[in-house]
Amino acid sequence: MAHFTKATSLHDWLNQRLAIDTLRRVLATEYWIPKNINFLWAMGMVLAITFAFLLVSGIFLLMYYQPNVDLAFDSVNYTIMQEVGYGWLWRHVHGVAASVVFLVIYIHMFTGIYYGSYKKGREMIWLSGMLLFVAFSAEAFSGYMLPWGQMSYWAGMVITNLFSGGSLHADGLVEWIRGDYVPAQAFLNRFFMLHVLLIPLAIIGLIVLHFGALRIPHVNNQDGEEIDFEAEAAKYKAGDKANSKVIAFVNDFMSKDMMVVSIYLIFFFYLVFYHYDFAMDPVNFDPANGLKTPTHIYPEWYFLWSYEILRPFSTNVGLIAFAFAQVIFFLLPFLDRSPNAVPASRRGLFKYWFWAMLIDMIILTAMGKVPPEGLFSAIGFYAALTFIGLWIALPFITKFEKKV
Amino acid sequence: MKELFILAVVTVFTLVTYYLVEPFAHSQMHKHFESEGFIYKDLPALTKKGDATRGKDLVMGAGACAGCHGIEVEGMPAPMDVVTAAASYGVNPPDLSNAGAVYDAKFLANLIKNPAHALMVEHKFDPAKGQMHPMPQFYGAGGDIDQEVADMVAYLQSIAVKQEELTPKMAFETACGRCHAVHYDKWTQIGEKPAFKKKQDELAFNTKVLDYQDYLAKYMGTLPPDLSMYIRSRGEHYIKTFVENPQNYLKGTAMPRVGVNAEAADKVIEHLEDVGDSKRHIREAVGKNVMIYMFIFALFAILWKKEVWRDLH
Repeated sequence: MAHFTKATSLHDWLNQRLAIDTLRRVLATEYWIPKNINFLWAMGMVLAITFAFLLVSGIFLLMYYQPNVDLAFDSVNYTIMQEVGYGWLWRHVHGVAASVVFLVIYIHMFTGIYYGSYKKGREMIWLSGMLLFVAFSAEAFSGYMLPWGQMSYWAGMVITNLFSGGSLHADGLVEWIRGDYVPAQAFLNRFFMLHVLLIPLAIIGLIVLHFGALRIPHVNNQDGEEIDFEAEAAKYKAGDKANSKVIAFVNDFMSKDMMVVSIYLIFFFYLVFYHYDFAMDPVNFDPANGLKTPTHIYPEWYFLWSYEILRPFSTNVGLIAFAFAQVIFFLLPFLDRSPNAVPASRRGLFKYWFWAMLIDMIILTAMGKVPPEGLFSAIGFYAALTFIGLWIALPFITKFEKKV
Repeated sequence: MKELFILAVVTVFTLVTYYLVEPFAHSQMHKHFESEGFIYKDLPALTKKGDATRGKDLVMGAGACAGCHGIEVEGMPAPMDVVTAAASYGVNPPDLSNAGAVYDAKFLANLIKNPAHALMVEHKFDPAKGQMHPMPQFYGAGGDIDQEVADMVAYLQSIAVKQEELTPKMAFETACGRCHAVHYDKWTQIGEKPAFKKKQDELAFNTKVLDYQDYLAKYMGTLPPDLSMYIRSRGEHYIKTFVENPQNYLKGTAMPRVGVNAEAADKVIEHLEDVGDSKRHIREAVGKNVMIYMFIFALFAILWKKEVWRDLH
């Protein structure tokens, strides 16, 4: 056991037992961040804050929500929205944050892709981030089921049907997932559990892993410059802050983080109070009705691109394309064979690859929502082919990239 | 400067995506109809000026309105209880006390002369096939039929509450409440559900509602939906234009053209907002304060960053 002395203060008492000074140094005051990073690097903090909002508002909603197929809809739309004091506020914070969190995740992901932040020693950051994306997707989907509205029900029906595997006809698997032949009480109960316990737990664990993955390679920077963090940190500690290429996380970068967060929160609360319905589909304000199919069934906006990769093909091909879309982003660090970890603008064909991928995903997103007819169907088909083609081309176009 | 450029790029891509998945996609998925201003221009105008006294005689006498309709304000209850009325007619005939305030005058006149036509349910009630609308057509009392109808409308207007006294809830009950329940407002098709002291009384009331709904469902083809959340699931524009002409959206629907005037339509919408979005006033008030707070917070955050970064450059 360590040697303990009589504590001189509460701080000292805690320090002997929890090493709080070391902890603070490692996690905050001597956690070095490159100076040359723009506001896009604050998206991690924006996400952390949004996740905190989701967690807190979710806990309040949990107090009044009823996971019962007969009561769920009214417990959300009447009890929480109208009877509970400020229930409407928690619900709108939760609903808006659930949508905005994906916007920020996508910005965060594309920032990483643009600046090459997944390359050379930073693969774990990318992989843990992708695992977080998957966990957030599962969390969003399970949460979308809970109000038991018309779109919850039918989206649940469609998504769980995917597990039948097309011609494999794994109908037993689909029933096993649902706990019934159609989405019903067992389905709601298990998605409720997943949404409020298991997946949030996994997300918290993955956030720790994601942060941990940053500790050794450090975050990338705007110029893709390789920084000798120890030498630069020594400069900083010697008092030459202006010439050091690194800054401390607390308070240096934290102050920039908070500036970005504060501006983000203006946008966030504008949505909460004045445009809370921007992403809540009106169809979901009709109670679930298993006997009446909605005219159009589509997922929330953040899943539309992968939905559209599924839709334009025949069932089996569509499922394979869909599976491809789900895993391919994980492989990015290994498919990008260029030696450069610099911004896309300074790279070869990858510069075009990046913008093509971004625009293609926006097209897929748009086509995933509109009815799959005529021109929309054709655009969706070619956009899905382009998506697959771009990923197949990636190793080839990056292989011949010259070192900069 | 560079950061502002990056922000602009992010904003543009975000807005384009938003536009495509919200306004654009919804415009492709749903037909859009402009409001016709509640003027019912397909119906012939009232050409005669009505006389309320003569109208009263017609409503009570030759028009035979009181044979089926109650007129509470005149001390005349409905001739049958609601469930029996629904058993006989499919739906309970409305009390006429406030019809003059809720419905458009021209619509009322046409309704009296030819109900199936005014209500736009001729596809359901074709006399040639023996499908008579439960409300019989008024063929006139022997004089000038247009004058007689104008008199009856004038009478109905004279007994109704003034437009400014018509509350949103009254407008809703008269125009929509016999077919649509609103359980967030404890409203059933047979009236407001009271607070019961005894479980038996509540069960008896619920039984009456269910009986009524059975007759109504048979009459309409399906039970008309509960409107509690319609202000969120359909929105103001859809509800207004739907009420004005249900056939536009749902060709062949059994839902009649309601015939409300523009003021009553606004009141119906207001009632649906009161029920489905009851916290909107407090949301706006709190929203203003939160926005002010967030701007002040942002100001301090920017100042803090400037302070910290002064040493770093």
